[in-house]
Amino acid sequence: MALISDPRPVAVDPDDGGAAAYPAGPGARPSYPPLLLLAAVAVALLALVPLGFVVGYTISTGWAETVRLVVRPRTADLLWNTARLTAGCVLLCAVVGTAAAWLVERSSLPGRRVWNVLLVAPLAVPAFVNGYGWVSITSAVTGYAGALLIVTLSYFPLVHLPVAAALRGLDPGLEETACALGLSRWGAFRRVVLPQLRPALLGGSLLVALHLLAEFGALQLLRYATFTTAIYDQYQSSFASAAATMLAGVLVLCCLLLLLAEIRLRGRARYARLGGGAPRPAGRTRLGRLTVPALAGLGALVALALAVPLGSLVRWLVTGTSTAFDGRVLAEAAVTSLGLGAVAAGVTTLLAVPVAWLAVRHRGRLSTLLERSTYVGSALPGIVVALALVTIAIRGARPLYQTTPLLVAGYAILFLPRAMVTVRSALAQAPPVLDSVAHSLGAGTLSTLRRVTLPLVAPGLGAGAALVFLAVVTELTATLLLSPIGTRTLATEFWQQSSSLAYGAAAPYAALMVLISAPATWLLTREPGRGTPR
Amino acid sequence: MRWRVLGAAVGTAVVVLASACGLGPGSGTELTVYSAQHEDLVRVMLDGFARETGIDVKLRSGGDFELGNQLVQEGSASPADVFLTENSPAMTLVSGQGLLAPLDAGTLAQVPPQYASSGKDWVGFAARSTVLAYNPSLQPERELPTSIMDLAGPRWEDAVGIAAAGADFQAIVSAVVAVRGEAAAQAWLRGLKANAKIYRSNVAVMAAVNSGEVRTGLMYHYYWYKDRAESGGNSADTELKFFGNSDAGAFVSVSGAGVLKSSRHAADAQKLVRYLTSRSGQEALVDSDALEYPVGTGIAANSTLKPLSELDPPTVDIGRLNGPRVVELMQQAGLL
Repeated sequence: MALISDPRPVAVDPDDGGAAAYPAGPGARPSYPPLLLLAAVAVALLALVPLGFVVGYTISTGWAETVRLVVRPRTADLLWNTARLTAGCVLLCAVVGTAAAWLVERSSLPGRRVWNVLLVAPLAVPAFVNGYGWVSITSAVTGYAGALLIVTLSYFPLVHLPVAAALRGLDPGLEETACALGLSRWGAFRRVVLPQLRPALLGGSLLVALHLLAEFGALQLLRYATFTTAIYDQYQSSFASAAATMLAGVLVLCCLLLLLAEIRLRGRARYARLGGGAPRPAGRTRLGRLTVPALAGLGALVALALAVPLGSLVRWLVTGTSTAFDGRVLAEAAVTSLGLGAVAAGVTTLLAVPVAWLAVRHRGRLSTLLERSTYVGSALPGIVVALALVTIAIRGARPLYQTTPLLVAGYAILFLPRAMVTVRSALAQAPPVLDSVAHSLGAGTLSTLRRVTLPLVAPGLGAGAALVFLAVVTELTATLLLSPIGTRTLATEFWQQSSSLAYGAAAPYAALMVLISAPATWLLTREPGRGTPR
Repeated sequence: MRWRVLGAAVGTAVVVLASACGLGPGSGTELTVYSAQHEDLVRVMLDGFARETGIDVKLRSGGDFELGNQLVQEGSASPADVFLTENSPAMTLVSGQGLLAPLDAGTLAQVPPQYASSGKDWVGFAARSTVLAYNPSLQPERELPTSIMDLAGPRWEDAVGIAAAGADFQAIVSAVVAVRGEAAAQAWLRGLKANAKIYRSNVAVMAAVNSGEVRTGLMYHYYWYKDRAESGGNSADTELKFFGNSDAGAFVSVSGAGVLKSSRHAADAQKLVRYLTSRSGQEALVDSDALEYPVGTGIAANSTLKPLSELDPPTVDIGRLNGPRVVELMQQAGLL
């Protein structure tokens, strides 16, 4: 039920059975178990490190120097490039994603199950692999138009998924009433359905915009400069310097503005309803003569988003002149990627537990604040997080510098929000009243945990871990900056090869990343609205 | 069942990470090298070094200034023993901070003095020449510029490809600053900002010239020779213009090697730099497919290359090329 971008449940939680779960009334203070609180505060602080770093760095750099570094021709170029790409892509994704969702959910389109999978499948192809697939067959996709095409193809499922889920959940009664009162089909869609899709549409669009601000690999391949690629260029020509960090500051500001804009646009309207509504699926519009064009349109979309990059990838695998790749390096990189993914998934999910526990079982202002702070990472591009961790480690935490734990910490900050969404909803399914029942039946604390709570929350924890794992395996920017000496992952090896245009040599790494991503993406189509892949 | 699989995965991961962190069964000494040179070339040379001495090497690859500035920020606590660059300015940066140890006299004696720093704390181990690649079907040979400075003129709008963010291009800019002075370099960069198309790497520049996306491109010689030797896929429709005449565009850039003062394996680190500049190290470079110029005394380059002695480069003190200033100038011009 919860929207893909919005982890806060819309409906009333089922955990109101225990006294501790009641929201604190005026005057009453919720009681927080001290150890749990300590853990949750630590996690929240970790999540806030990069933001604090950028703010602190800017203050310590001083106004004059900041102005000198930020106010220059390049920043204006980048701002313009970033803004027009974001605006164009969000608009296109909203139109394409909504149209596709409507066709699949509300029209007589044949083959709906297949389309459902095919329209989400582009998420299994990381944007930089998509960019590589295109740019290695034609250089016509460089520049604004090409970048817009490719990021749209990569990210439209982020709108399609929540909008499709929202369409499924709508009460058909409202539409029928509107039609009965004299509105045309289109009029009913525009005046009744579309307003109800607003949260899903805005949430999806926000996700697309945040992904774009963070996108590095695809845009670098397509020679389209944005803030993120420029920060990396600065890093390459001056390491973690003031110039790079100041650009990062501007980028963070853009991300925060986006978040604010989304909150404002969503408005105060309430979308929840009481009761289940009419318990039947909505009627489907007959496409009639439009069936063929609709099929052709979706077919073209899938061909561009999937067939082209995957076809290009296969072609490079088969024919690449530079395919004399080292099987040992490939295996080593694959094992490192899987290992890092597994460790980061475990750590991140564990970190999410105390915060989610407080948020679910000890609701109050403080626990809400702690929970919200863990979501900051989802708005921060990987390059900003990495830059912050490198500088902090080199200046004040040397033992962590260039170590795997620091890289894992970076992953945790970036992907904590994904774990939080699922862990929180899993914990909500294990209301404290069940603990009380178990206690009353004579079970001890440990045995209650083992026999009641864990079995209830395990699937949620697993799903959260899977989402984090998926994100880590295809993460590029933070991995490039933070990986310890000698650590090579699929993403970094792919990047190195494709940087010197050794497209054939890069292909096996890209193919493995797609193969690893595919199962988790498949799961997403079965449980729509469960999480937010990046 | 799922949990058992997950457990096994985590277990494997921990083992892998532990061995990646060096907790596994280790060998004796291991040198840590920060290298901005092409990884395939460096690995060939390091393999030769390991065969000759039995010393293993751990490699951190990155860009010239990325690693150079990283060394400066790490200071005396750096894990690096040896620093290898693609171009000299980053070496000069690290040397200027007093982070490099003096090299053994025997090492310095293996290379002519113009390829080593006057401060005797780093030495060249490879050289590369600036070239202008051009597509003859779009850019007639007789209308090529005679100087790299011409490329800033209005005739070259959208006609030059550069890899502005790369250390190679930045080294070329530092040569322009050294030969023509800062004011002229500044004007030249402003012209390039208007004229140039920016690419990610030298290979991408060459590929763009080859496909006719842009008429000419500034880069180093060996990308072209290497591509011609492999398949010509990115170079078949291109030719090279060497500027010669002591023009700033005929700049020959030197890849440097130095030992960090803070190295805890100083003797082995000195051995590595000595090997890189020795006859066997230089021959390994010549025999590799890198096609860069060797700089060791008496070592001949691969015969397909235009001989180093015919390049007529400008006289530039490679120890004085100022990288950070170049980055500033490029930022002012809006190229970075």
